[in-house]
Amino acid sequence: MKKLFVSIKLLLAMTLVTGIIYPFIIFAAGRLMFPYKTSGSLIERGGKIIGSELIEQNFDSTIYFHPRPSAVNCNPLPSGGSNLGPTSKQLKNISDSLEAVYVLQNGLDKNIHAPSDALFSSGSGLDPHISLENARLQSERISNARKFDEDKRKRLNELINSMLEKPQFGILGEPVINVLELNVELDKL
Amino acid sequence: MDIKYFIQPAFLLLTVTLLTPPAGRYLFRVFEGKIKIPGFIKAAETLIYRICGIRQDEEMNWKTYLWSVLAFNFAGMMLLFLLQIFQNLLPLNPQGFGSVPWDLAFNTAVSFVTNTNWQAYAGETTMSYAVQMSGLAVQNFLSAATGITVILALSRGITSRKSENLGNFWKDLVRSVLYILIPGSVIVSVLLMGQGVIQNFSQYLNVTTLEGISQTIPMGPAASQVAIKMLGTNGGGFFNSNSAHPFENPTPFSNFIEMFCILIIPAALTYAYGLKAGSKKEGWIIFGVMMFLLVSGFAVSIFSELSYNPALNTASLLEGKELRFGTVNSVLFSTITTDVSCGAVNAMHSSLSPLAGMVALVNIMLGEIIFGGVGSGLYGMLIFIFITVFIAGLMVGRTPEYLGKKIEALEIKMAIIAVLIQSAVILMFTAAASVLTQGTSSALNSGPHGFSEILYTFSSAVGNNGSAFAGLNANTVFYNILTGIAMLVGRFGVIIPVMVIAGNLGKKNISPVSAGTFRTDNYVFALLLTGVILIVGALTFFPALCLGPIAEHILMGQGVLF
Repeated sequence: MKKLFVSIKLLLAMTLVTGIIYPFIIFAAGRLMFPYKTSGSLIERGGKIIGSELIEQNFDSTIYFHPRPSAVNCNPLPSGGSNLGPTSKQLKNISDSLEAVYVLQNGLDKNIHAPSDALFSSGSGLDPHISLENARLQSERISNARKFDEDKRKRLNELINSMLEKPQFGILGEPVINVLELNVELDKL
Repeated sequence: MDIKYFIQPAFLLLTVTLLTPPAGRYLFRVFEGKIKIPGFIKAAETLIYRICGIRQDEEMNWKTYLWSVLAFNFAGMMLLFLLQIFQNLLPLNPQGFGSVPWDLAFNTAVSFVTNTNWQAYAGETTMSYAVQMSGLAVQNFLSAATGITVILALSRGITSRKSENLGNFWKDLVRSVLYILIPGSVIVSVLLMGQGVIQNFSQYLNVTTLEGISQTIPMGPAASQVAIKMLGTNGGGFFNSNSAHPFENPTPFSNFIEMFCILIIPAALTYAYGLKAGSKKEGWIIFGVMMFLLVSGFAVSIFSELSYNPALNTASLLEGKELRFGTVNSVLFSTITTDVSCGAVNAMHSSLSPLAGMVALVNIMLGEIIFGGVGSGLYGMLIFIFITVFIAGLMVGRTPEYLGKKIEALEIKMAIIAVLIQSAVILMFTAAASVLTQGTSSALNSGPHGFSEILYTFSSAVGNNGSAFAGLNANTVFYNILTGIAMLVGRFGVIIPVMVIAGNLGKKNISPVSAGTFRTDNYVFALLLTGVILIVGALTFFPALCLGPIAEHILMGQGVLF
C-alpha cells in the first residue's frame, strides 16, 4: 500500500518534469532557433497562408503539376495510407485506372508507362513530393494548358531541374521534387 | 543491384556500432553512481526523492522490487486512463476533442504503460495536446525507464554474490529518466526541429490551397514527443501515420536520426551489460548475435521488396511508402522498428511485399530480442541465453552455469514460462479472432493477407511492438479488450519470471571458472544461441506463417489477386 502511495507521488512529479516542463522547454527552444519550421513550414503568397511545404495538397487542374495519389484525398485529418496489400485486387484496379487517366491527360504514347509514384499512394497520404520523371512527363500538358511559347517551355524544363532536391549529404534518401513549391514557382513564370 | 541499397544501411549500422561503447560506458557509469552530473539535475533528483519520501540507500529484494514495478505501472495506467476519460475538461485542447470511449482509453493506457504503443486511435483527431504531452509522452519516458530498471535488477542478480539486494527501483527509475532519457530527448528534439518537425500549441490551421480548396493542417507539440518515442523504443506516433507523416519525419536526415535513436539505447545496454559482467566480450557476443539477426532480416526484406510482383505488375511497390525515403529506407525502418520493440513506422507495413512483411512479423514473434525494447530486449535475450546454456549443459552432461551461476530447475521453468506464455497468447488469440465474426469483420484485405492482419495484430500486442498491418480496424470493443490483455501478458508475463530469476540467481554463489566451464563469450556460443532463437521461433510459428505471408508470397508469384 505504501508502494502505491509513493508511486502516485512519483508519477505526479514525473508528469510535471517530463510532461510539462520538458515539452515547454523544447517549445521555447524551437521558437528561438527554428520559428519557421516548428510552426509548420507554412508558405505565404500575397499575405495569405496557402499551405505547408511539407503537406501535400490536391491539384486537379491541367495548369498545375499533380501530386501523388492520396488514400485520404490530401485531407490531413487523419493522415494515413491505403494499407492495401501486395495481392489486393482493389489496389490493382485503382492503379490501373490512375494509369489510364495519367496517360490520357498527359498525352503519352501507349508504350510509355506512368511513373510508379503517380500510381501508388503514400503511407501518410500527405507525401509532398513527386519524382523527376513524373514532373517531366507532366510538363507538356502544363505548357499546352498555359499556352506557353518556346521560351517559356524551355524555362519550365529548367525550373523542373532546378527544383530537384538531391539526397541529403549526397547519400541519404531519394531525389525528389516538392509539388507545392514547384507550382508556386510555375505561377511566377 | 544498386550500391545505394548498401550504403545507407551500412552507414546507419556503422554509426550505431561505433557509438555503442561510449554510450554503453555512460549508461554503466550512471547506474554504478560514478557519473558527474550537472548540479541542477542532481538537485532535481534529490528534490524528487524528498517529495516522494524515497530513501536513496534502501536496498530491495526481488519481491519488493517487483511489487514496486507493478504498483508504479498500475498507478500509471490509472492516471493515463483518467486523463483520457476527462480529456474534455482539461486545458490545451484547442480542437475541443471529447472524452475518449472507455474501451479505447483502456487499450491506450495499457498500450503506453507496457511500452507497446499500439494505437487504435488517430492522434490528430482523438487526443488533445494535454493528453498527448502530459499523458502519453510521460509514459513514453516511464515505460522505457521501467524496462531499464528490470534489466538492472536482473544484471545485479546475475553478478552479485550471495545477496538478496537487487537495488532500489525508485532510484533506478528516476536516474534513467533524469540522466539518460531527458538529456537524450532534448538533443534529439532540437535536431528534429531543425529538420522541420513541428512543436507548437496552435489551433489547427485552415488554409485555402493554391487551387482554392480548403485544407486543415494539424498542429501540436510533436517534436518533444517524437524524440522520446524513438529513444524510448515506444513508437506511438503523434499523428496517425506515425513517422511517415511529414510533420513527424520530414527529411531523410530526420529519418536517419529516428532509426539511430531506435537502436542506440538497446545497443548500448549490451555493452553496459558486458562491463557489469566483468567482460566486454560477453556484451559484444550478445550484440553480435543481435546484429547478425538484424542484417539477415534486412537482407531478406530488401531482396523481397525489390523483386517483381506479377500480381500488380511492378517491382519495389511504392504503395504505402514516402518518396523522400524510398524503398531502401522504408524497408530498413520496417526491419529495425520490429527488431527493436519500437513499432514506429515510416511506411505502411501492410503494403510491404509478403516476405518483407513476414520478416517484420518474425522479428516480433521471436520475442523482441533483436536489440529489443529499452531494457526489455536484453532481459528477453538473457532468457534465451539461459535456455541455450541449459541445452548445452544437457548435451555435455554438466550442471549448466552462466557467468559462474548455476542455472537450475527454477530458472529454466521461469524462462520457459516467459517464452511459452507469449507464443500461446499470440496463437490462441489469433485463432479465436480468425473464427469469430467480431475478429474477421475488422480485416480490410481478403485472402491470406487478411489473416496476416490478425496474426500481426496479436504478435505486435504481445511483443509490445505496436506497429500494425493497419488495414485492420482495431478500434472495436472486441479488439481493444483482447489486444489490451495481450499487451499486459506480453509485458508482465515476462517481467515477473525475470524478477523471480533475478532474485534466485542473486542468492547463489559464483563458482570459479575451470577447464570444464562452458564459455559464453565465444563464437560457438553465439552460434548456439542464434540456433536456439531461430528453432524455438520457427517451430512455434511456422504453421501460422504458412497460412499468412508464405501462402500470399506463393500466390502472388502466380499473379493471383484477392
